[in-house]
Amino acid sequence: MKKYFVGIAIGVIFLAYSTVLRHQHSEPVLIPTSLSQNNSAVKTTAPSTVSTAPSTQYKDGTYKGSIENAYYGNVQVSAVVQNGKITAVNFLQSPNENPNSIYVNQTAMPYLKQEAIRAQSPNVSIVTGATLTSQAFIQSLANALNQAKQG
Amino acid sequence: MKQTELIMGMPITIEIIDRQASKYYKYLFDYFRKVDCRYSTYKKDSEISQINNGLPKSKWSSEMKTVLGLCKQTRIETFGYFNIVNNGKLDPSGLVKGWAVANAAKMLSAKKISNFYIEAGGDIQVKGKNIDNKPWTVGIRNPFNFDEIIKTIAVSSEGVATSGTYIRGQHIYNPFYPETALERVKSLTVIGPNIYDADRYATAAFAMGEQGIGFIESIPNFEGYMVTADGIATYTSGFERYVYND
Repeated sequence: MKKYFVGIAIGVIFLAYSTVLRHQHSEPVLIPTSLSQNNSAVKTTAPSTVSTAPSTQYKDGTYKGSIENAYYGNVQVSAVVQNGKITAVNFLQSPNENPNSIYVNQTAMPYLKQEAIRAQSPNVSIVTGATLTSQAFIQSLANALNQAKQG
Repeated sequence: MKQTELIMGMPITIEIIDRQASKYYKYLFDYFRKVDCRYSTYKKDSEISQINNGLPKSKWSSEMKTVLGLCKQTRIETFGYFNIVNNGKLDPSGLVKGWAVANAAKMLSAKKISNFYIEAGGDIQVKGKNIDNKPWTVGIRNPFNFDEIIKTIAVSSEGVATSGTYIRGQHIYNPFYPETALERVKSLTVIGPNIYDADRYATAAFAMGEQGIGFIESIPNFEGYMVTADGIATYTSGFERYVYND
């Protein structure tokens, strides 16, 4: 029942939003965001490993990756290594520049949940997905892991 | 034993678990070839290409009219974000893929086949159980790394679709800002009661950018998992019931 109500609310926001979009020709204005999830470190809850690190022993510690330009803004991650395994990838910097996105997301966010993505078992029947890679993310993480290798 | 064929410019995979069902593979692949012949904008003699070259409406097939009607209905349902008109030409491929997979699944069900999956370019319809008599597991591909799975879901009668920026180039755009690249959202996966709806809602939601996941949240019985450029996944309130942990 709550979902229907939320649905109606979001629908109304979308209609208004779409109308605004079509009539808006001014320059985008950056406004402060309260979406702290996107800018601060996001920690994974359970210990896990990232499969970009096959059987490599890393030294324990927290490693800052390089700042990479992702076209829409900078991406920087840090990798946390415990017992030789990556237990978290935190985002020190991530782009968050679209004021329209922030406006609608603030409304929708209480019902949505977030997590940092991480590699899981590849044993599945079927795969669904998009296929373009983000070089910025990969480069920053690779840089952090390279430091972890050297200790 | 699953089988794959390249049709509609993408691999289409079918696996049927039921016994005595091997004859249905060809039956379904033939159907997909027929769909391709009618709706491919890459084929000059397809009906959609003829329409884009001025074929009068009186000569359109009734199926084509139905499909274009579904496109129009979807455009209205998605606040204009699902739009098949691109550079003045009709391109219903954003709807046809999921629609064809849904039809193929119905064709199998009509033959009393009850354990199978059909997948076309990441659009999936499952039914029943896999060969181990367990729910089908679907892995969501890491949009940053082709070889990785970042989430596994277990489904038994659902449709699953992912929209994203594909290797062949951005195939979805924001109809209100067609010149703006959709860079922020990397992939958006939708689970729903059938692949037809899951696919068209995934396409529209992706065109909305980051608000897309809120749109999926607003649709009863549909769940979504959105991955943004910062490596963060945002998912709907009911998504977790599908998450598979082995």
